[in-house]
Amino acid sequence: MFRLLARRLALIVPTFIGVTLLGFLLIHSIPGDPVEVRVGERGISPERLAYFRHELGLDQPLWKQFLDYQGQLLQGDLGRSVVTQESVWTEFKTFFPATLELAACALLFAVALGLPLGVMAAVRRGSALDYGLIGLSVTGASMPIFWWGLMAVLIFSVALGWTPVSGRIDDLYYVEPWSGFLLIDSWWSDDAGAFRSALRHLILPAIVLGTIPLATIARMTRSAMLEVLGEDYVRTARAKGLAPGRVVVVHALRNALIPVVTVLGLQVGALLGGAILTETVFAWPGVGHWLVESVQRRDYNVLQGGTLLIAVLVMLVNLGVDVLYGVLNPRLRH
Amino acid sequence: MTALLEVCNLSVAFGPFHAVEGVDLLVAPGEVLCVVGESGSGKSVSMLAVMGLLPRTGRVAADRVAFRGADVLHATPRNRRRLIGREMAMVFQEPTTSLNPCYPIGWQIAEAMRAHHAAPRAEIRGRVVALLGQVGVPAPEQRMRAFPHQLSGGLNQRAMIAMAIACNPALLIADEPTTALDVTVQKGVLDLLVGLQRERGMGLVLITHDMGVVAETAQRVQVMYAGQVMEEQPAAPLFAHPRHPYTAALLDALPERAEGKPRLPTIPGVVPGAGDRPAGCLFAPRCRFRTPHCDAERPALRKAFGARVRCHYPLDDAGQPTGYPA
Repeated sequence: MFRLLARRLALIVPTFIGVTLLGFLLIHSIPGDPVEVRVGERGISPERLAYFRHELGLDQPLWKQFLDYQGQLLQGDLGRSVVTQESVWTEFKTFFPATLELAACALLFAVALGLPLGVMAAVRRGSALDYGLIGLSVTGASMPIFWWGLMAVLIFSVALGWTPVSGRIDDLYYVEPWSGFLLIDSWWSDDAGAFRSALRHLILPAIVLGTIPLATIARMTRSAMLEVLGEDYVRTARAKGLAPGRVVVVHALRNALIPVVTVLGLQVGALLGGAILTETVFAWPGVGHWLVESVQRRDYNVLQGGTLLIAVLVMLVNLGVDVLYGVLNPRLRH
Repeated sequence: MTALLEVCNLSVAFGPFHAVEGVDLLVAPGEVLCVVGESGSGKSVSMLAVMGLLPRTGRVAADRVAFRGADVLHATPRNRRRLIGREMAMVFQEPTTSLNPCYPIGWQIAEAMRAHHAAPRAEIRGRVVALLGQVGVPAPEQRMRAFPHQLSGGLNQRAMIAMAIACNPALLIADEPTTALDVTVQKGVLDLLVGLQRERGMGLVLITHDMGVVAETAQRVQVMYAGQVMEEQPAAPLFAHPRHPYTAALLDALPERAEGKPRLPTIPGVVPGAGDRPAGCLFAPRCRFRTPHCDAERPALRKAFGARVRCHYPLDDAGQPTGYPA
């Protein structure tokens, strides 16, 4: 187990270098730089342009810019936003709770629904429920998020009027930011209206973002369960005279969870990626929104720093999944 | 005296394929019945059908399946669950895959008890330790916390047996309990099963393809072939005078009976599969005494020389077919 963890930790180093290099190259391959974007079409004297570029170090050769950035990172400095002059880390901290709240709710939705659906489909293999679920999960997994988001807004917000179109909370409410998670903060604020509003704003984006993970988890659970239900130890459990529910949950699902948890870890990466699209569709003030804006502004530091932080997060989550894996699978523990 | 287990005309079909056809079975309390046959002869399937453990795709039909005179076949699932695991327990072939890899063996044995009797934790724990000791697991206190992958196949099979006898069943069905084990371990597990059977007065149905195992353990033997019972009689006369040519051929293939012969006798051909079952006697294509009559008409199970035989020409004491056309 420790060797497994050590190996995973060692893998973080090359991943880290790869992510920074790739991020750097991609960003610099977009035409234009922060100075040009800010200047816009007004025009500016070439001397001033050169001055600003020198200020930001953009007149240096690319390899030097990259090495300088790496040196900065090694000192734990993510730099400052070219646009707002705020440190990237501070900005990330303000935007991240919104994304985490959205992603956590989406994941909760996906697991709470996907796991039981997958189990039921496997237990009633070949039934209408099973076929319906397979069809739905293929549809769910192949719908582009931006399209599904827009359709959901059109149907549930515009046509039916069930949920708000965008944002995190109605402008009427002010909630003292404490944890940054609006659901928690508004709950503590003792203002029932604020909590309801936050919840109503969250539901649709969470469902949209959770749809692909839901489909993936349901399908993975189904196939893992189908495999496990045919195992000898499930027959042994039945031979003990246990109730069918106990056989399915305690004996089969427990074993089927092992592959499902792996997929769950991978889904976290997909969730954070999907958050960028979802946040754009729902004007959700999170990290995705922040990153999309920084692309438009060519805010190099924000874009690189933000990407890096998300990458590190995904790696940490997967590390956590590896630990969980050992907990779930006794064969790995010893 | 009522029979412990009584099965009449049991058939199991998977789609168009009849895995088991018209099997009768009778186990008296405290009796050891061996069910013998090659792979695919339907031994395990018929027992799984009795336990109600077949996959959904298996269609089970029978005139009667009764345990201590009470109908099992038409019992509600709940009533059936009260029976299996408590009155009627089963030990499987592959101990390492038949135990759940996610739980310690002690927990799995305790679960079998908890399923049928509510008892305080400490009492159940004590009984698990005692059971593991009884089935010959050394250091039961420590071993009960071990996971199946940490134990050898033999120890796992002992744990399986402990699990099966946890609720003091009246009938134990052991499906090839020693096949997956090392030869040196096989004897120990077999002795354990027979010992437990004597000690507790359990009925024991031992499914095996090993005639050596049969010779050591059985009181009565049922020989199965391609889903049908071919011969049934008490163990001693069966070994002395097999009445069915198939049984005779099986016995001839035992190495200890082949001394002096240049080669070990074999039975030519293979068990007929789903598509190539003959219309007449199922064993006819491989039988030494095959006649046109055998190919035309499938024999019924009938009494001959004190045994029940499914053959037109049951063998006499000299091993010659009776009523055989000259």
